[in-house]
Amino acid sequence: MTKENNKVTVSRRSVLKGAAATTGAALGAGALGGFPTIWAQNIKNVTLRQFGTGVSNLNDVATKVKEDLGFTLKMTALDSDSVAQRAATQPKSFDIADIEYWICKKVWGAGNLQAMDTSKIKNYDKIAGTFRSGKLTPESEIAQGTAPHTVGFVEGPGSKKFADNESGWMTLIPTIYNADTLGIRPDLIKRPITSWTELLNPEFKGKASILDIPSIGIMDAAMVVEAMGEITYGDKGNMTKEEIDKTIAIFIEAKKAGQFRAFWKTFDESINLMASGEVVIQSMWSPAITAVRSKGIPCVYQPLKEGYRSWGGGLGLSANLSGLELEAAYEYINWYLSGWVGGYLMRQGYYSAVPETSKKFMTEDEWGYWFEGKAAKGEIKTPTGKVLEKAGAVRDGGSFYERMGAVACWNSVMDENKHMVRKWNELIAA
Amino acid sequence: MNNTISPEKTSWMLVSPLAFILGLFLVLPILIIIMVSFWDYNEYNFFPAFISENYDYLLTSKVTLDTYLKTFKFMILVWFFCTFIGFTVAYFLAFHVRTLPMQIALFLLCTIPFWTSNIIRMISWIPFLGRNGIANSTLISAGIIDQPLEWLLFSDFAVVLAFVHLFSLFMVVPVFNTMMRIDKSLIEAARDAGASGFQILTNVIIPLSKPGIMIGSIFVVTLVMGDFITVRFMSGGQSTSVGRVISNEIGLLQYPAAAASAVVLLITVLIMITIMMRFVDIRKEL
Repeated sequence: MTKENNKVTVSRRSVLKGAAATTGAALGAGALGGFPTIWAQNIKNVTLRQFGTGVSNLNDVATKVKEDLGFTLKMTALDSDSVAQRAATQPKSFDIADIEYWICKKVWGAGNLQAMDTSKIKNYDKIAGTFRSGKLTPESEIAQGTAPHTVGFVEGPGSKKFADNESGWMTLIPTIYNADTLGIRPDLIKRPITSWTELLNPEFKGKASILDIPSIGIMDAAMVVEAMGEITYGDKGNMTKEEIDKTIAIFIEAKKAGQFRAFWKTFDESINLMASGEVVIQSMWSPAITAVRSKGIPCVYQPLKEGYRSWGGGLGLSANLSGLELEAAYEYINWYLSGWVGGYLMRQGYYSAVPETSKKFMTEDEWGYWFEGKAAKGEIKTPTGKVLEKAGAVRDGGSFYERMGAVACWNSVMDENKHMVRKWNELIAA
Repeated sequence: MNNTISPEKTSWMLVSPLAFILGLFLVLPILIIIMVSFWDYNEYNFFPAFISENYDYLLTSKVTLDTYLKTFKFMILVWFFCTFIGFTVAYFLAFHVRTLPMQIALFLLCTIPFWTSNIIRMISWIPFLGRNGIANSTLISAGIIDQPLEWLLFSDFAVVLAFVHLFSLFMVVPVFNTMMRIDKSLIEAARDAGASGFQILTNVIIPLSKPGIMIGSIFVVTLVMGDFITVRFMSGGQSTSVGRVISNEIGLLQYPAAAASAVVLLITVLIMITIMMRFVDIRKEL
């Protein structure tokens, strides 16, 4: 059995060829009804290769896929830059791309992904408004930056042009998203933090950090600079050259003054910086906070008065997928939205794109704590079973609507991207 | 039996496999890199064009100058410490350890750290040097300092330390090799002629070890010039090097810009090696 498993990847192509031939023969003979049976038998031999950032490329998901759907999912976790790189340049290396919306804006034009037919997505109607109309609630205002709905649809299959309405052809099926803010060590700071300006507060000289992924780092920088009152941006997600220059100049000055302890590039680095006490305030992602806390170290995902910098990710299908593999991919996406993964990710501090299906896979207390912002009634545990919070704890930032309703901007790609990256390199070299 | 191949033809045939391999795996890729360095790019793609913008920006930007100065600074410091340590270790092995088996045993001992990966050896410095790391807590509990030393980690010091740790052996090996070839009777002769230990070192051993030092220097210099990961990890992403700029450009899909940076780096390193080769004719000395 083990031997066979090892062989799966090697033999997969031939199995598929065989499957295709059989299907073809069946179809030719007019035996259309036979198809599902053949498919049901062969789907176990399918391997889908998925890559993405560490946030959602979890082996637990692959294990559960094998259990529930029967096929194999291979996961590769990379940093954001490598993810964009692979999506744009190595179309043959993946079947499913787990990417963020700003990366989608960047790489869609390369033609390596195919649009998805929303009529095949069972829970499409339940997907949060943020990803469809752009509005979380009918009253919500759309934040600056690459809001997911602006790059969420294309005009039709094969189209490279993003549509401004729900066209029925989705680029990415939204899976997870969150509102990001600064992470702090309350035990080492010992006073309330309420504004993004604190990142450059000289009080934390040598103990601050920002992430070194230009497209995201510049947004955190903009949140800080705007909060300081130095610049009021027209659109933080699409700055002018002057705005970029001025933002970077302020950060270069801070860097030269020794404000930063480090710049981090991967999720794990941010955990280590915070857990070791090298840094007390930094850009951070929600599950990194969870990871620090589950080591028993106090760490707060501090809500700030200027609002959140938000991001969203989704699954995109490789343009190379067709036939049985494509069916398996749709099957996987429908499964993804059906709740188990959503529940898993929500217990790590993310939000699922279809929150209501996740509810079934969470206890009432967990749902109350993570989604509704209520005080925990009992212990709150991580998906792996470590105790995170005791009874009475309340999530930083409150409920889903309080957090996602306070988004100031989305991660984005700017028109002046090239210029921005060069200026960012100046910051790193300074 | 008369159809013997002319000696000239034999030479050509003997040389052709190597020429083929070098052509295919070295010259061709470099030519492609040079070609791509003139191409244009956007966010997700690069395409044939003939533009000099990549070089214009590279050669006029202040970032390039800063980056090269920083890389040279690392290179010189690392070279200095590696040479000093490498020479001392090799000298001890070659002239102070008497028996050959002992020399080999001690030499192999030097290589033990190299059984683990570069990255592991580098990363293991991080918990050691950190604010609450072993070094700081030891110094504090010994009463030598009251505040943790911030510059131990995520600083240029940390970068140089890791580099020296990683690359010293590349100096030890060639220097040890040349030292073992020095005829011991030359040293006896020098002593008979009344030379002091220091004079023997400067007049006999150092000149005769030059080829080894030079080969080691080439290793160290090229390794430091091309590195990107050590600089990123040990400086906590705060310091830069030419290799890191290239790796960032590749990460951001700016392949033509990365290719242009790579061409400039290649030329710089070639010039440096040419200058180094001027000092010692390695082929003659070997």
